[in-house]
Amino acid sequence: MIALPPPKQDILARRDEIVAALRAIVPGEGTISEPLRLKPYETDGLSAYRQPPLAVVLPTSTDQVARIMRYCHEQGIRVVPRGAGTSLSGGALPLEDAVVIGLMRMNRILEVDFDDRLAVVEAGVTNLGITKAVEHEGFFYAPDPSSQLACMIGGNVNMNSGGAHCLKYGVTANNLLGVTFVTPTGDVVEVGGAHLDAAGYDWLGLLTGSEGQLGIVTEVTVRILRGPEGARAMLAAFKGTEIAGQAVDAIIGSGIIPVALEFMDKPCIHACEAFAHAGYPLDAEAMLIIEVEGSEAEQDDLLGRIKEICARFDPISLKVATSAEESMAIWKGRKGAFGAVGRISPDYLCMDGTIPTGELPHVLKRIGEMSDDYGLKVANVFHAGDGNLHPLIMFDANDPESFRKAEAFGADILKLCVEVGGCLTGEHGVGVEKRDLMGVQFEPHELDQQRRIKSAFDPAWLLNPHKVFPLEAAQ
Amino acid sequence: MSVNLIAPHREADLAREVALATGTREPIAIEGNGSKRALLRPVQAARTLSTRNLTGITLYRPTELVISARAGTPLPEIEAALAEKAQMLAPEPPDTRALFGTDLPATIGGIVAANLSGPRRITAGAIRDHVLGIRFVNGAGEVVRSGGRVLKNVTGLDLCKLLTGSHGTLGVITEVTIKVLPAGETSATLAVRVPDLETGIRTLSAGLGSPYGVTAAALLPDAQGPLALLRLEDFAASVAYRSGRLAEDLARFGEIRVIGAEESLPLWRGVRDAAPLAAASEEAVWRVSVRPSAGAKVAQAAQALGGRALLDWGGGLVWIAGPATETAHAAVMAAAEAARGTFTLFRAPEPLRAAVAVLPEEPPALAGIAARVKAALDPAGVLNPGRMRAGL
Repeated sequence: MIALPPPKQDILARRDEIVAALRAIVPGEGTISEPLRLKPYETDGLSAYRQPPLAVVLPTSTDQVARIMRYCHEQGIRVVPRGAGTSLSGGALPLEDAVVIGLMRMNRILEVDFDDRLAVVEAGVTNLGITKAVEHEGFFYAPDPSSQLACMIGGNVNMNSGGAHCLKYGVTANNLLGVTFVTPTGDVVEVGGAHLDAAGYDWLGLLTGSEGQLGIVTEVTVRILRGPEGARAMLAAFKGTEIAGQAVDAIIGSGIIPVALEFMDKPCIHACEAFAHAGYPLDAEAMLIIEVEGSEAEQDDLLGRIKEICARFDPISLKVATSAEESMAIWKGRKGAFGAVGRISPDYLCMDGTIPTGELPHVLKRIGEMSDDYGLKVANVFHAGDGNLHPLIMFDANDPESFRKAEAFGADILKLCVEVGGCLTGEHGVGVEKRDLMGVQFEPHELDQQRRIKSAFDPAWLLNPHKVFPLEAAQ
Repeated sequence: MSVNLIAPHREADLAREVALATGTREPIAIEGNGSKRALLRPVQAARTLSTRNLTGITLYRPTELVISARAGTPLPEIEAALAEKAQMLAPEPPDTRALFGTDLPATIGGIVAANLSGPRRITAGAIRDHVLGIRFVNGAGEVVRSGGRVLKNVTGLDLCKLLTGSHGTLGVITEVTIKVLPAGETSATLAVRVPDLETGIRTLSAGLGSPYGVTAAALLPDAQGPLALLRLEDFAASVAYRSGRLAEDLARFGEIRVIGAEESLPLWRGVRDAAPLAAASEEAVWRVSVRPSAGAKVAQAAQALGGRALLDWGGGLVWIAGPATETAHAAVMAAAEAARGTFTLFRAPEPLRAAVAVLPEEPPALAGIAARVKAALDPAGVLNPGRMRAGL
């Protein structure tokens, strides 16, 4: 289990006074202090960790956020920002002595401009909400994390969220033009805007993926893109993971960048097929879902090229969708993968390392061996084009020993990712989950360099001090 | 320019030089080949530390879409290695030799330090979007890594973004890893003769807002009126199909000519390097970045001060050539500010660069953070002091 810093006793003792001060800024229902109503805020998508906060405050404007931050800064109160609470790494996990600032009531779309291809939205607008606001003109917001129905753009900025389609369209950082954020001392700062590229330091880039360490994002300007004429998927199943990896290399090497290129291993194929009946081949060791975009003729051309490439690798089956319905059927199993694994195991940990794609066969083999050693089952889904691996480790949360083993297994997988030239997290963030593994990827002086940059924004370490960096630094 | 040029052959030696400078608190100018020495403000330093001898591609995996190279590797060497595998640096960085009148090509480290992107930036992203990993020497002389060699990585603060575009003021970049992409099999350009700049920008917006994957959109000054250029790059069949569809969509804006790959290539190389601007050697050159729909106004402001404009990035990047005077600079600044955009005084005689703000000032809260971040990386303030802003 991961340790949290000890609460400041003087802050706990002044709880009523603090709640009253917050209520003066955000009146009525917007400030929450009753234990029962704090309960929904005690955890996020990493539900093994729970900690109710001192209070929750739900501002409706950047100005309110600034006043809350100024007050907390003056009083030395820790702050934890929260969007929809979908983080899989404990990114929204509170502290006993912290005020949670929930951005979900800041959910207005402020501007949409199709000529300049941008939208200005408040931090609490959902990822899918942006696409919903622009799709009537054929536009969309590209990054599409699996949680896109619920997760909020403010959280996406802080986690630099990706998704299945980022091989072609990039991650959040590549789709932002500007943000408004509130500094830990309560100043409101705009960086970027409706134009491209900063003149000066790239504050927008530094804030993106900073996991709420540097400031509270309240408004976001995103690029919106015109959607393609159409998209279609195909399925390719192979006798081995190595040979499937070679097929991926050959596709990319031919100059084709599919819009999505998903890899599933045998346990994952079986779990998904049992759940979704998508017609996946159960005798395959590995399966690819490949999606391309363009006009009907362009889709035919690209899928034809890819089929030809896959045919060179002795596939068990090749199925090219001939309609949008057939594409959906191919995707159905993959999109339900987490639910499918949830059905065969009471609980699972979703890991998120990235590896150089050429290392996939080696990494999957090692994960298989570890699975035997730990006695825990694992299913692997993999964004094959970009190397982002999601092993789902199955365990039983009612058995503390099983959870301990699952965490150790997960840590071993991430260490392996770093060892082969990859990283601890591709899109879920460090949060509390991988905080204590940061030393595997970075040298002490490199972590110190990052901490000094945090200190430049947050000198008193009041913002999310229990995340990203190993704990001794925060004290 | 300083007389004393130190150009170590090893990263460890370079790190030692930086540590020495910090120890003695003596400022050092940081550069690669010095091809952009005349960019931004002049640096007052007795010595120059160059990465030009840290050269060589250290890793290239075409199927993983990554290339790593030491900072001093010349850009043409990287572009040639990529071209051999039909790949490219998607942001299409400009060759600034003609603009700055230098002989040596840019280094990859210099392109990253300046975050300099060309026409494809509008759809493919900037250099900063493609830097996956970085090694740099901070002011204390420590070698620090950030990012890595994989396409998706959110582990820790993204110092790649912070260092990219920091012009050697936060650290000396020694090696970079960059995401590369397949180069299109062929290309075509639609040239639309438009009556005025506003119509030109609407033409570019219509193209960029189409489903046909336009990869560059520029508006050229021309004797016969503005010319809107829209580029398509992909497999040959796709380019043929899409240029037909796009020509139908854009016909309402003006007469269209479809330009094939052979003529298209030098045309865009020219746009990339701001050649159509035809900046005279005594003139100043600015880059102004605004929302595309504001580009025409900025270009008109340039014309009012006796200058010329070339618009790229769908109208959002306005290259301006004009008189190298404080009055002209103030007018460009005002135009950028009115459009809520930013500006860079890209090229000017040294006295002008030393006298004016070459980049927009930051609001006080951000300026305070900038000073603390600079101190967090360069505690003695010895790396390229004053290059971006006076006193920083």
